[in-house]
Amino acid sequence: MAKFKKKKSGGVPAISTASLPDVIFMLLFFFMISTVMRDTSLKVDQKIPEASEVQKLERKNLVSYIYVGKPKREFAAQFGTEDALQLNDSFESVEKIKDFVYAEKESRRPEERDALTFSIKGDVESKMGIVTDIKQELRKANALKINYSARQPGKKK
Amino acid sequence: MAKRDIPEINAGSMADISFLLLIFFLVATTMDVDTGLQRRLPQIQDEPQQEEQKLYKRNIFQIVINGYDQLLIDDEIAEVEQIRNKVLDFIDNNGDGTCAHCRGMKNPASSDNPTKAVVSLTNDRSTSYGLYVAVQNEVVGAYNELRDRYAKERFGKSYADLQRVGVENPDDEETAARLKEIKDAYPLNISEAEPVDYNK
Repeated sequence: MAKFKKKKSGGVPAISTASLPDVIFMLLFFFMISTVMRDTSLKVDQKIPEASEVQKLERKNLVSYIYVGKPKREFAAQFGTEDALQLNDSFESVEKIKDFVYAEKESRRPEERDALTFSIKGDVESKMGIVTDIKQELRKANALKINYSARQPGKKK
Repeated sequence: MAKRDIPEINAGSMADISFLLLIFFLVATTMDVDTGLQRRLPQIQDEPQQEEQKLYKRNIFQIVINGYDQLLIDDEIAEVEQIRNKVLDFIDNNGDGTCAHCRGMKNPASSDNPTKAVVSLTNDRSTSYGLYVAVQNEVVGAYNELRDRYAKERFGKSYADLQRVGVENPDDEETAARLKEIKDAYPLNISEAEPVDYNK
């Protein structure tokens, strides 16, 4: 019966891990593509208001953000505790919005410039005074598509 | 010369490297979707032209918010929660009977029809942004409710569904036409007055 010699008994054959890199690469590419890098660090306090009728912001590359709120504590000494405006990475005065709008438009393709939305990310407790000024400046710069950033109630940020 | 064997490169650490990259991207990824209330600002006018517009008072729904976050609707003190139903009744009133899809009370003291109805919003400089967004939300909510009702009656689909289809297939002409019809039936007329400082 030598012909039917039993195969080596015992011991599970090692699972080949040769395809492991492929799997990992696949995941890697997925995350690389879906990643949107955060390009600004928040310098103002932000508690986004809640609203039930919100709409999703489509085409994130056509959205520019304007942050409004009280400066975070580490900046309070320098910029005070009143509502402030953050564009890109720095505190700016309201008059700078025009330049910001033109810079943002400049960085988009000409055919997409009109579709640019400016999203106002305002803190719940900020006052309407600064928001109104911002809106007024946006109107002067002919940036009329705006969005009041809000989140759906019950959803955590 | 004897052919030399090229030694195979050990690819065993490839998985480790890609794991490292994977973890980096996992951490750096923000998956949150941004949401908000879309609004279009009116074009700025160089000289304030006094257009002779015949706007009857009954066609204006006035919301005033003062610096202490108190609301005044048509000269009566009100709460945020009341806005939605009041706006709903106001827009859907159909005072002149020209709106076939309205179900309003036909109250002669309220709006003529949805195209003429204007919601006017006035706020103070020290009104809180949170309340402002809440009020806007309620007004938009009232409009959405009416639009949704119209969409369901007319097309058997909810307004939100139609909107989603419209966003997913921008070339879908049928949906675009439907959305336009709904928007024309209940046009969103929110007028924001120039801000005033009541504390002065």
